[in-house]
Amino acid sequence: MDLKYIDEYRNRELAVRYSEMIAAEVSKPWKIMEVCGGQTNCIVRYGLDRMLPSDITLIHGPGCPVCVTSVALIDRALAVAALPGVIFCSFGDMLRVPGSSSDLLSVKARGADVRMVYSPLDAVSLAAANPHRQIVFFAVGFETTAPVTAMAVRRAEAGGLSNFSMIVAHVRVPPVMKVILSSPNTRIDGFLAAGHVCAVTGFREYESFSGEYGVPVVVTGFEPLDILQGVLMTVRQLETGVSRVQNQYSRVVNRDSGAAWELLDSVYEIVDRNWRGLGVISGGGFDLRSRYRRFDASDRFQVPSVEVEENTGCRSGDVLKGIITPVECCKFSAVCTPENPLGAPMVSSEGACAAYYRYRRQ
Amino acid sequence: MCLGIPGEIVEIFRGDDPISSYAKVDFGGVVRDVSLAAVPDAEVGEYVVVHAGFALSRLNIEEATRVFSYLDEMQS
Repeated sequence: MDLKYIDEYRNRELAVRYSEMIAAEVSKPWKIMEVCGGQTNCIVRYGLDRMLPSDITLIHGPGCPVCVTSVALIDRALAVAALPGVIFCSFGDMLRVPGSSSDLLSVKARGADVRMVYSPLDAVSLAAANPHRQIVFFAVGFETTAPVTAMAVRRAEAGGLSNFSMIVAHVRVPPVMKVILSSPNTRIDGFLAAGHVCAVTGFREYESFSGEYGVPVVVTGFEPLDILQGVLMTVRQLETGVSRVQNQYSRVVNRDSGAAWELLDSVYEIVDRNWRGLGVISGGGFDLRSRYRRFDASDRFQVPSVEVEENTGCRSGDVLKGIITPVECCKFSAVCTPENPLGAPMVSSEGACAAYYRYRRQ
Repeated sequence: MCLGIPGEIVEIFRGDDPISSYAKVDFGGVVRDVSLAAVPDAEVGEYVVVHAGFALSRLNIEEATRVFSYLDEMQS
């Protein structure tokens, strides 16, 4: 199957030319973080890091929403999913992510009606078709995903669907980039910002960020040539002592936000959010505005909140902050595998541990 | 999760308001319904980047070739 606007960005010959140009530009060691897990997956899958000079280290960022969803929220989702009369809908990535003692697939195996959907809009259609059931969608994702879950709420409102609700776990990228830059354990010289997040938000917010922290930010796409061009643009800035925002992904991203952001903003407000492995991040998430609070499953279904214990053997927090790579964790592939994950980064297709397990296992 | 796939709009169904507008979008032969809420001005034949059944943005075809000419421009 030929995919226009995808296949041509995987051209091997041009990728080699990019890597040669990067090597020619580099004069000292630089650490560059790719923020998004989709970029991590591309880098590991195509071996892009191995095409770069040894002075360039790519640090994998926390951009895996499934990975950073708190255990408390997952436990709440599991409790709601188990309630009689509920159809619980989720993206497939979330089904195997461990809460404190179980996961959605196990709850399903015990009789709960858990369904994987491609879009939250499918869950709204399910609510319209099943008026006597309660349809709950697990709204996980970054700024990229929040507009479509916002639209699900708006459609449920327009359709008068009182049997649709969501557990909202949305997270925001810019605050966590600041947390990482402020961490004493991590040195990051430049960022490849997440292209599809910026497709929604634009990149004005990164301009003050880049200036304030003196760090180059290059808005970057998800195919091999995108990432190599993003690295080259970052390296050129670093080598010439510049820090500003550049847009590698100009075929998709504009400087200003557009209608997707307006939709998001009409339904959600910015809140503090607990990130798994990283702790509470100020302004690190979105939650429903008060006028849409009736679509909040956490309010609708009073499930007991439980004291949760993180699995202490899992170093996913260090992986998400770029302090270690997955293979530096002693549990990696020995006891932690996609079939029996200790932490979420081993489950999600965007998790760094899963990418290393799939493409880099010795 | 932030996967966004470019596809070509083949047919548009305009609703009474932007949030009910959608299109048939072709991804290399696979056609799916996609919301046009965020790209209300998109037209048949244009490419949009789609995430979870939702078009995030239109694909700018002039900008799409920049990655191929960037190295030559740098060296010239």
